[in-house]
Amino acid sequence: MMYDVVVIGAGVVGALTARELSALNIRVALLEKCNDVAMGTTKANSAIVHGGFDALNGTRKAKLNVRGTALMPSLCEQLSVPYRGNGSLVLAFSEKEMEHVQMLYERGVKNGVQKLSVIGKEDVLKLEPHVSDEVVGALLCESSGIVCPYELTIAAAEVAVRNGVEFLRNCEVTAIDTDADGVFTLSTTCGEIRASYVVNAAGIHSDDVARMIGDDSISLVARKGEYYLLDKSFGYLADHTIFQCPNEMGKGVLVTSTVDGNLLIGPSALDVEDKQDVDTTASGLAFVLEKAKKSVPSLNVRGAITSFAGMRAHPVTDDFIIDFSEKNDRFLNVAGIESPGLSAAPAIAEMAAQMLTEKADFAAKADCDLHREPPVRFRHMTKEQREALIAKNKAYGRIICRCETVTEGEILDAIHAPAGARDVDGVKRRTRAGMGRCQGGFCGSKVVEILSRELGVPMNEITKFGGGSKILFEKTK
Amino acid sequence: MLHYDLVVVGGGPAGMAAALQAHEEGIEKILILERADTLGGILEQCIHTGFGLHYFGEELSGPEYAGRFIEKVYNTDIDVKVDTMVLDISADNVVTAVNNFDGLLIIQAKAIVLAMGCRERPRGALSIAGSRAAGIMTAGTAQKYVNIDGYMPGKTVVILGSGDIGLIMARRMTLEGAKVKAVCELMPYSGGLTRNIVQCLEDFGIPLRLSCTVVETHGKERLEGVTVANVDEHLQPIPGTEEYIPCDTLMLSVGLIPENELSKNAGIALDPVTGGPVVDEYRETSHKGVFACGNVLQVHDLVDFVTEESQLAGVGAAKSIRGSKPDSDTVQTKGENGVRYVVPQKIHRDTDADVKLYFRVGRVFENVTLCVTCGDEVIFSRKKRKMTPGEMEYVTLKTDTLQKLPAGSTLTVHIKEA
Amino acid sequence: MAKKDLVCVSCPIGCAITVELNDAGEVVSVTGNTCKRGESYARQECTHPERMLCTTVKVEGGRLPVVPVKSASPVPKELLFACMQEINQITVQAPVKIGDVVLKNILNTGIDIVATNEA
Repeated sequence: MMYDVVVIGAGVVGALTARELSALNIRVALLEKCNDVAMGTTKANSAIVHGGFDALNGTRKAKLNVRGTALMPSLCEQLSVPYRGNGSLVLAFSEKEMEHVQMLYERGVKNGVQKLSVIGKEDVLKLEPHVSDEVVGALLCESSGIVCPYELTIAAAEVAVRNGVEFLRNCEVTAIDTDADGVFTLSTTCGEIRASYVVNAAGIHSDDVARMIGDDSISLVARKGEYYLLDKSFGYLADHTIFQCPNEMGKGVLVTSTVDGNLLIGPSALDVEDKQDVDTTASGLAFVLEKAKKSVPSLNVRGAITSFAGMRAHPVTDDFIIDFSEKNDRFLNVAGIESPGLSAAPAIAEMAAQMLTEKADFAAKADCDLHREPPVRFRHMTKEQREALIAKNKAYGRIICRCETVTEGEILDAIHAPAGARDVDGVKRRTRAGMGRCQGGFCGSKVVEILSRELGVPMNEITKFGGGSKILFEKTK
Repeated sequence: MLHYDLVVVGGGPAGMAAALQAHEEGIEKILILERADTLGGILEQCIHTGFGLHYFGEELSGPEYAGRFIEKVYNTDIDVKVDTMVLDISADNVVTAVNNFDGLLIIQAKAIVLAMGCRERPRGALSIAGSRAAGIMTAGTAQKYVNIDGYMPGKTVVILGSGDIGLIMARRMTLEGAKVKAVCELMPYSGGLTRNIVQCLEDFGIPLRLSCTVVETHGKERLEGVTVANVDEHLQPIPGTEEYIPCDTLMLSVGLIPENELSKNAGIALDPVTGGPVVDEYRETSHKGVFACGNVLQVHDLVDFVTEESQLAGVGAAKSIRGSKPDSDTVQTKGENGVRYVVPQKIHRDTDADVKLYFRVGRVFENVTLCVTCGDEVIFSRKKRKMTPGEMEYVTLKTDTLQKLPAGSTLTVHIKEA
Repeated sequence: MAKKDLVCVSCPIGCAITVELNDAGEVVSVTGNTCKRGESYARQECTHPERMLCTTVKVEGGRLPVVPVKSASPVPKELLFACMQEINQITVQAPVKIGDVVLKNILNTGIDIVATNEA
C-alpha cells in the first residue's frame, strides 16, 4: 500500500497530526504498534493543560505550550471532549520559594501567558481551603486547564479515520528503507507499507524509529512517573491544579481534579533503562503521597481506586524536536514531547501538518469536517433525553457498568466507532465502564462478553490491552 | 408512573426473602427489580454446598438455595423485572429504574426494601505496586468466569485474602486443574470458616500463609508472578522477607463492601463501620419507609442469616405500609471492647418482638464473656469459648427486657476478658 | 498406635480433636471434641474421609455453557479428581432441572451427580 504520509504512533501528537492531515487531499495512514490509540505516554500523564510559564523564554516548548493551550478549549469543543479551565496554582512554602514564584510569573508574562498573578496566603486558602496552612503564597494561572488526554486522542483518531485516514493497529515498524526516488518502505508487523513522507511520532520510541533511517540525533531519557487516582468522593480536596515549586526533574508532584471529578496525585520522576517499565513501585507511590500531602495534608490513600505509571520521553536537549531529519528531509521527527507536550499537542500537530504541506505542496480537501459528534453519555442525561434515547435504541436501556452508569449502547458505540475499541481497556477509556470504584469487578466479564460477541471471537481471545494480555484461558469443559 | 406497595431493589436471597415475607404478611402489590438476567443474585455462581444448614436443615448449593426462593416468588403474584437497573430513589420513595424492554420506569412505592448486596474490594484500594498486566482479578469475578461462563481465568494462581470466597476459589480452581500456589492472608488469622480451611486448602495441600501479603505484581501483558512478603504487627511488609512466586493469576479476596451508592444518593444515613445503613429492629433506615437487609446492610457469612434478616425487613415493610410499625422513641446500640459494630443500631422502646443484636468482633477472642449492658445494668452475659472476626454473632434480647429500658439509653455489647 | 490431630469442622468453634488409632487403623479414642457431632466427624475423617463434590457440566442448547452439579452425597475424598475426570467427559442437553441426575453411580460409588441449577 502506498501513502502520501505515514504517521508512526497514535498518541495524542500522532492522532492530532493525522486529524490535521485528514483535511488534505492525500492518502494518510496512522500506524500504532499497540491494539489501540493513546497507549503510551498519552494514557498515563497528569492530564494538565499548562499555562506556559514553566518553559524557558524563546524555546519551542514555550511557544507551542502557549499556542496549544490557547487552541485547546476550542479543539475540545470541536471534538466533544471534556475540558475544564480550572486554573492552576504553584504553591510557595517559604520566602525563597516566593522568589521562584515571582520568577515564574515574569517568565510566564514573557512567554505570553494570559491571566497570571501572584497571590498571598489568604487568597490561596480562599481558592483552595484544603491546601496546607504552611503555604506562603502562590502563582495563580487562570488560563490553564485539565483535559482527558486519551479521550482527546480517541476523538482525534476517530475524526481522522472518518475522513479517510487508514488506522493500522498492532502495526509495529521494524525497519525503514528508502528507494532511489526517496520513497520509504516501512517493514511492519502487518506487512510492507510505502510512503512519500513519514511523521515520526513514536513517543518514547521515536529515537529508535529515527535510527531506522540512520538518524541518531534524537537522544531520549525514559522518565517514569507514578500516580494515584482517588475516588470522586475525594474530588472536593482540590479544584485548581496545585503544583509545588519545580525541580530539575520536572514540575514536581501535583494534586489536581480530573475532568471526571476524580482526584489525581503524582507524578514521581525516575529515569529508567527499560522504556516499557510502567510498573508502579511501593517507593514511588509512597513518594507521591508524601509530597502531595505537603500541598494537601488531608489526602488519604484510602480513597485510591487505582495507581498507575507513565513514561515521559525526556529529550536531553530539553526542548521539543519538530524537524525534518538531517538524514532525509521527507522524514519529520516529532519527538521528545515531554511536559508540556499534551498542552502543546494541538499546536505541534498544526505545525507538523503545516511543515508537510509546505514541503510537499499538499492541497486541502474541498470539503472536510474535523468535528466529532458528542458520544452518548447516559449518565449525564435528563430523564427525557434518556427516554428518547432508549426509544431509539433499546441497548441504551441496559446498564452494564453500574458504578459509572454505562449502557450497553455506549459500549457498542465504542466498539463500532472509527478506530474503535478492541479490548477491555479500550472500552473502559471510551465509556468509563470499569473505571469506577469497583474497577470492573462486576462489569469486566460483561464487557468481555460483549467484545466477544461484537468482534465475533471467543471470550478467551479478548484481551485487556492487546498482545498477550488475554483475560481467560481455555474452556473448563 | 407505576404504583406499588413495596418495591424491592435486588433479587438475590435478601430481596426475595423480604418480598416473600411481605407477601405472606398480606401485602399485595410487590415488585422486585433485579439487575442481572435471573433472580438469585451472587448465589447463582456459588455452586459449592454449605448453604441452608440453619434455614432448611440441609446442605444446599447456592443455586439450589436460591432456586427454592425463586420458585416461591414465581408461584406468587409478586412482579419481577430482571435485567433492570435502579438508577435513583427519591426522598418521597419514587424509584427510577431502567431496562431495555420498558425503557425508563418511574415507580411510586409505599415502602422500599434495599437489597443490593455487596461488592468486592478492588486492587486499587490496596495499592499493590507493580504492573497492570491481565490476570489480576477479584475472586468473585474469577468465580463467575469459571462457574457461569465456563472459562478458566488462570492456570497458576496466588490468592490474596483468606475469606471464604478466596478459600472456595482455591478449591474450585484446583478441581478444574489449576495450580494454586498459595493463599496469603494479611492478618495473623484467617477470615474464613474452619471447615473451608480444612476442605479447600488442607485437602489439596495449598499453603495458607498468615501475616503475609502481595507487595508487587510482575509481567507486562499477562501476569507472570507476584512478590509476597511477611508483615509485622502493624501489617507493614518486613524488608528481607520478600519471595517471588511465579503465577499467571492473582485473585483478590480482600473484603466486601456493601453496595450503597443508591442509599447514599438518597441521603440515607450510613454506619461508617458496617458501610451499610443505620437501621432499627425492623431494618428501617433513616429514610421512612425504606428498609435494608442482607449484605447491603452488613456483610454476612451465612446466607441463612441473610434470609432471616430479610424476612424481618419484609415484616417491617408490611407493618410500615399498614402503619402498625413500632414508632416510639428508640434506644441506641453500640459495640465496645472488641465488638466492632452492632446491627440494629437502634431499637424502639415499644418494640413488639424479641430482638437479635448482630455483631462482629475485631480480633480472635478465646474464653471470654460476652456482655450486653445498659448503663451499669448487665442485661445479658454469656461465656464464649471462641469468637472470630470471620463469624457474625448475635444475642437475643427479650421484648419485655427491651420495653423496660430507660428512655435515651444505650445498649452496649462488649467483650470481658478474664 | 497412632495419633491424629484434627480441627473439627462441624461448627464454628473448631475444636482441636485428637484421635487415637490402633495398628489396624481403627479408632481407639476421640478426645478434645465437645459434642457428639465432633466425635462422629473425627471417626469418619480418620477412617474414610468424604467430601461433597461441586463442579459444572457442559450443557448444550441452554442459556449458559455450563450447569452446576454436585454429588448427591459425599464421595470418598481420594476419588475427587477421578470424579472430576468423569464429569468433565459428559455433555448434557438443555433443558435441565434442579435435581436431574446427569451422571449415575459415578465410579461405582453408588453416588449420582445431580444438577443444582436450571439450564
